[in-house]
Amino acid sequence: MHSSEQKVIVEMTVNGALYQREIEPRTLLVEFIREELGLTGTHIGCDTSYCGACSIVLDGLLIKSCTTLAVQADGGVVETVEGLEKDGALHPLQSAFSEHHGLQCGYCTPGMLMAAKTLLEENPQPDRDQICKGIAGNVCRCTGYVNIIKAVDAAAKTMQES
Amino acid sequence: MYPAPFNYHRPQSLEAAIGLLSRYGDDASIMAGGQSLIPMLKMRVGEMTELIDIRKLSDLDHIEQRGQTLHIGALATHARIASAEVANQIPLLRECGGGIADRQVRNMGTIGGGVSVADPSGDWPTGLAVLDAQLLLTGLSGTRLVSISDFIVDAYTTCLESCELVTEIQIPVPPAGSGSAYVAFKRAAPAYPTASAGIQLTVKDNICTAARLALGAAAPVAVVCRDAEALLLGKEITTELLESAAEAIVAVAEPPPDARGSEAFKRAMLRKLVVEAGQRALGRCRGEDVSGAHHYA
Repeated sequence: MHSSEQKVIVEMTVNGALYQREIEPRTLLVEFIREELGLTGTHIGCDTSYCGACSIVLDGLLIKSCTTLAVQADGGVVETVEGLEKDGALHPLQSAFSEHHGLQCGYCTPGMLMAAKTLLEENPQPDRDQICKGIAGNVCRCTGYVNIIKAVDAAAKTMQES
Repeated sequence: MYPAPFNYHRPQSLEAAIGLLSRYGDDASIMAGGQSLIPMLKMRVGEMTELIDIRKLSDLDHIEQRGQTLHIGALATHARIASAEVANQIPLLRECGGGIADRQVRNMGTIGGGVSVADPSGDWPTGLAVLDAQLLLTGLSGTRLVSISDFIVDAYTTCLESCELVTEIQIPVPPAGSGSAYVAFKRAAPAYPTASAGIQLTVKDNICTAARLALGAAAPVAVVCRDAEALLLGKEITTELLESAAEAIVAVAEPPPDARGSEAFKRAMLRKLVVEAGQRALGRCRGEDVSGAHHYA
């Protein structure tokens, strides 16, 4: 059995703040965000790249942080669910999820929000089918998809108006 | 789940990456997007102590047409290929790349990684077999071009030498009057296909002058069948003709019965997918704006 003592320094901007840590290269990005930075909004669901609870944004792209090494985000810009709220005001998506009961147990919600955020950036007026495709990598085990879709649709309309 | 400990390398050039491969041999793994490799490392499949991260190597993520050949750098992601302007003339690329897993995986995963993993259910090996793609491999002694069918020799097995990696995928741009399609049946977006079929047809004066067919998740490697393609040549493509070609290619497939379905179920599914892909491709040969997506359980 091989053992490695290698540690590497990684530096990344997370929700606007710059962080530097010395870590084992095998550290997953989701563990880095949760354990090293204490940002526990990003959840670990299946831990196998299936459920999307760990979805975050890296350099503008939605990714699964359980299937990304922290070293892959070295020098990068990361956005997590904690970055959605601005100056004490909820993001329109967060307000819409609250208003339309787009969450039940809430476990999938951080990933759903990040998926919805990037979807609306790419396509500000998605139809129902495009919303479904946009969250196809995110599983809700409460099966609350109907209200999640309603919430994303409502947020899209709010964001268009403002 | 954590991968076992490893040493991390991020070479700044292709030459440096190949140098590391030659230094560490079988102890090393190349990582592009990591979307197949990281799950395997977390499951502790295989032994690897040196990880060579090439994701950010420049000059390996191009998508461009030169002459009648499309050149796709090994590090081009599925998402970028699916939305690339040049992919419009080969709809199969859009459907193959745009149907892999979900947005998250498509943003990180690369075509070079997808072919190098050589998963029997992978989308690119099947799609690229339809397109007669050639892979440019780069190693210590230079480069060589290998067809996709020679590249993948068995499930999870390629002809890559220990110091070699895939650097580019080359695809001939089909002549006018061509159309292609790729359709998969999947249990859910993040899952590998249960079955998939790709096709490219060229039609002139209503007569089929070229045809390529391939099946995925239907054998250890992509299934091709020249006899099935020959059934289409020189004829006007009809649903009945597509059904006979589907029958012929599915007859040489060996879909494994597993949790995704029985052998009989998969054969029936494959036949249906071939016909559907064929109809989509035919519409595109005629210049129709045909949209379509994979089927999800």
